[in-house]
Amino acid sequence: MSIEIKTMNVEPKRQTFAHVARRLGSDAPATRYEEGVYDLQATTHFHYRPIWGPEMWHFDEGRTAIKMEDWYKFKDPRQYYYGTYTIARANMHQTTDRNFAFEEKRNLMSNIDPAWREMLVNYLIPLRHYEWGANMNACSISDAGYGTAITSAAIFTAGDRLGIAQILSRIGIALGDGTGELLDEAKSQWMDAEAWQGTRKMVEDSLVLKDWFEALLAQFLVMDGLVYPLAYNHFDNEGQKHGAAAISILCEFMVDWSAEHNRWVDAVIKVAAKESEENQRLLSEWYRQWRQVAVEALQPLTAQVLGDGAETALAEVSEQLDLRAGKLGLTV
Amino acid sequence: MAGIVSITLQNNDEARPVIESIMQDNPSANANYMPGVVKIDCPERLVVKAESVSERIGRDWDPQEIHLTIVSMGGSLDEDDEELVLSWGA
Repeated sequence: MSIEIKTMNVEPKRQTFAHVARRLGSDAPATRYEEGVYDLQATTHFHYRPIWGPEMWHFDEGRTAIKMEDWYKFKDPRQYYYGTYTIARANMHQTTDRNFAFEEKRNLMSNIDPAWREMLVNYLIPLRHYEWGANMNACSISDAGYGTAITSAAIFTAGDRLGIAQILSRIGIALGDGTGELLDEAKSQWMDAEAWQGTRKMVEDSLVLKDWFEALLAQFLVMDGLVYPLAYNHFDNEGQKHGAAAISILCEFMVDWSAEHNRWVDAVIKVAAKESEENQRLLSEWYRQWRQVAVEALQPLTAQVLGDGAETALAEVSEQLDLRAGKLGLTV
Repeated sequence: MAGIVSITLQNNDEARPVIESIMQDNPSANANYMPGVVKIDCPERLVVKAESVSERIGRDWDPQEIHLTIVSMGGSLDEDDEELVLSWGA
């Protein structure tokens, strides 16, 4: 008796969910990102308005002045859904952990000049409070935002900001020989030092913005667009002259993260500005407003860290930011 | 069938962008869908470009990642950081 083995190809009735297929225009296999994002947020059939804010629905397009015909145009170029996001961050964090182990083993912190060690407590460690502000903003954007495309990416960013604050805290603890003393010192810098008050005010002002899209632009484009290149490029370069190479290694996460994060921010702003002239005008207005606030706020801190080089550095990063904003379609 | 190179990949979420890139970068390629796998045949030469795959998945793609989904291939392999080429040439 011979047995003939046959294969039978069973065509699935559907390749993806009907609501995703409608978006794709055909029933083609969709990516997990598309299935994890498209049209997930409820848009209708709410029973009653929230008692904490009865003027709007739970999910309401009116929570920002930005108008979009389709809120799912804000696709994340990184295509992050839970799986890809956690894998990417786990890999990055593994490298950071290894860097911390390396720093500890070789005792690299001991190479830092005592004066610059003081400076790190003045500028780098207080940034954990800045990151916390960014985390709060990202959470509110996710809360008030409209459409899963933007709200899911925002909540991932919120996680990132906590992670970055944690790395900064770990640096503070390592600098303080395993104690939290320097963290307390850095907190009092953030609260009381003259150089920080402008930045603290800017962060606190951004926390109470009613318009979530303005918060997104203010935090992710303007503030981060200035703070990151200053802190992790200009200030860090200065630190290398004072034996702080260890800090550059430990801050590598932030440099990599910011390059990747900017791809998302740029995509969001670009799409919103392209949508309509009103959007473009509003975004440009917000941009100019926040850019001016931010440059002024960061001036004393930059002067404290860089001394004479402060003006050039600040001019350079704000010029870079203007260039970037211009490319995104804003009028700077 | 001399002259035809082929690559067989699993038909899953990881391989789909690779398959799409191959079909785009090799106009004369022909994809045969079988249960669970896709066998792509192409006369003379077949190229998998990392750039095309990266564009689809939104991150850098390392040609080595093809090992996660590859089932079989026919042809001599030439591989570097940018692309993976199958051919019968010397």
